[in-house]
Amino acid sequence: MTADPAYNFAYLDEQTKRMIRRAILKAIAIPGYQVPFASREMPMPYGWGTGGMQVTAAVLGANDVLKVIDQGADDTTNAVSIRKFFAKTAGVATTTRTREATIIQTRHRIPEEQLTEEQILVYQVPIPEPLRFLEPREPETRRMHALEDYGLMHVKLYEDIARHGHIATTYAYPVKVDGRYVMDPSPTPKFDNPKMDNCQALQLFGAGREKRIYALPPYTRVVSLDFEDHPFEPTPITAKCELCGADRAFLDEIVTDDRGGRMFVCSDTDYCESHRGRVSP
Amino acid sequence: MKALHAKGQPLVSDDRPLLRAMGLSKHFGARVACQDVSLDVHEGEVVAVVGESGSGKSTLLALLSTQLLPSNGSIDYRMRDGVTRDLFRLSEAQRRYLLRTDWGFVHQDPRLGLRMGVSAGGNVGERLMAVGWRHYGNIRAEAQAWLERVEIANDRIDDRPDTFSGGMRQRLQIAKNMVTHPRLVFMDEPTGGLDVSVQARLLDLIRGFVSDQGLAAVIVTHDLAVARLLSDRILVMRQGRIIESGLADQVLDDPREPYTQLLVSSILQT
Repeated sequence: MTADPAYNFAYLDEQTKRMIRRAILKAIAIPGYQVPFASREMPMPYGWGTGGMQVTAAVLGANDVLKVIDQGADDTTNAVSIRKFFAKTAGVATTTRTREATIIQTRHRIPEEQLTEEQILVYQVPIPEPLRFLEPREPETRRMHALEDYGLMHVKLYEDIARHGHIATTYAYPVKVDGRYVMDPSPTPKFDNPKMDNCQALQLFGAGREKRIYALPPYTRVVSLDFEDHPFEPTPITAKCELCGADRAFLDEIVTDDRGGRMFVCSDTDYCESHRGRVSP
Repeated sequence: MKALHAKGQPLVSDDRPLLRAMGLSKHFGARVACQDVSLDVHEGEVVAVVGESGSGKSTLLALLSTQLLPSNGSIDYRMRDGVTRDLFRLSEAQRRYLLRTDWGFVHQDPRLGLRMGVSAGGNVGERLMAVGWRHYGNIRAEAQAWLERVEIANDRIDDRPDTFSGGMRQRLQIAKNMVTHPRLVFMDEPTGGLDVSVQARLLDLIRGFVSDQGLAAVIVTHDLAVARLLSDRILVMRQGRIIESGLADQVLDDPREPYTQLLVSSILQT
């Protein structure tokens, strides 16, 4: 598909893209640090992935192949719209195959298939500040990051255990990056946290409304916070996908009728489709 | 004075001051909040700062605890390693660490010192986690022990302080500060707004900590009865300056300055 000539390549003007790239370079240089950037208006509401789209627009080249997922699925409204948006404004090839993509923009999942050094994973981030709900003052949280003053993060986990008997945070589970910054991995399920650690792909995080970009360079150490006597555990997968039979993939529960019928299927649609037939359900 | 510990050990191991403020001033624009204040605090000593509201007491406390930077002057503090350092030459990270380990700060309004949305146990445990405790069981046991010491019932450990009474909140705030065994505690009207019987128990508690743990304290209060009960020495402030200082009984029973005389004579006699 060729780009609509009415748009600059990938929608944003060149100066804006340079500004975003500078923020990205700084973010890569300081893994886990939230870099402020001059977030632009995008032709969709805040909260729909404007941060991720700006990052994607800034790193996208004419030869890139773009994949967009929303909760793991390629065929949801948000994913389809963003894919079409870049096909129209940049004329880039798009795909739903994880393996074929060079840039994957994601909302709240990491693909099941292992990513490679050739790929960039772009996260849409609603709230980049992991300390926000315990300390609402932004100047104070920034100071806490600067001074590596992270006792408060464990207070949250302590509260979880005191109330529920175990760490009940199941998504946006805080991580420590390269032994320094505490980072919100965006609302991905904690099932995906181990995939962030030592990942081969470059991981970029964009928060449009909050005007922050942060990054994990390839092969960065990412540790989920925990207590010695309550260690981090990824969500256990106790069922099989009823479509492809995968037993180690993150599953969605789908309601199939109004009589209580439901089934569990892979949340990663590409992974599910490529596995069907290979394993018997 | 109380020079001996219960076990016969000298309570004060060093006769150099723990904290020494020299020539502290703080201006807010043309307004002077604190002018040329110098004072020493020794280990295990309780110093009360009294004066009417607006006299610069709270500003002085904020300066001493490095939460405000002075316009002029310096503060030396003898840290746990025995070395005396200029507080304003320390990095912000070091000052924070000090404020969280070796010091305590008890606010008049417990809402400023506590996290109202976090359980009592989490509040007390926060300082421990900040200094690197990572074992849930140990943190909880320590928090439990401190709650007991401030007479908060065992089964309230998972309740949030917004379900506590005023007196309980204040005791919780004290437990939160004491958990890292600080050597110096700053208190800003710790008994303000509490009814008399609750005040009395709180004062008892603070007195206990001072005598058992050899705690030094700087207490800001407008209540001369509190000052008499808790402190070894009293400083009287007026218009940002210390106008009189001396042993507590001396200042209260034989005030020299006319202003102090006025303060002392203003106490309601029963």
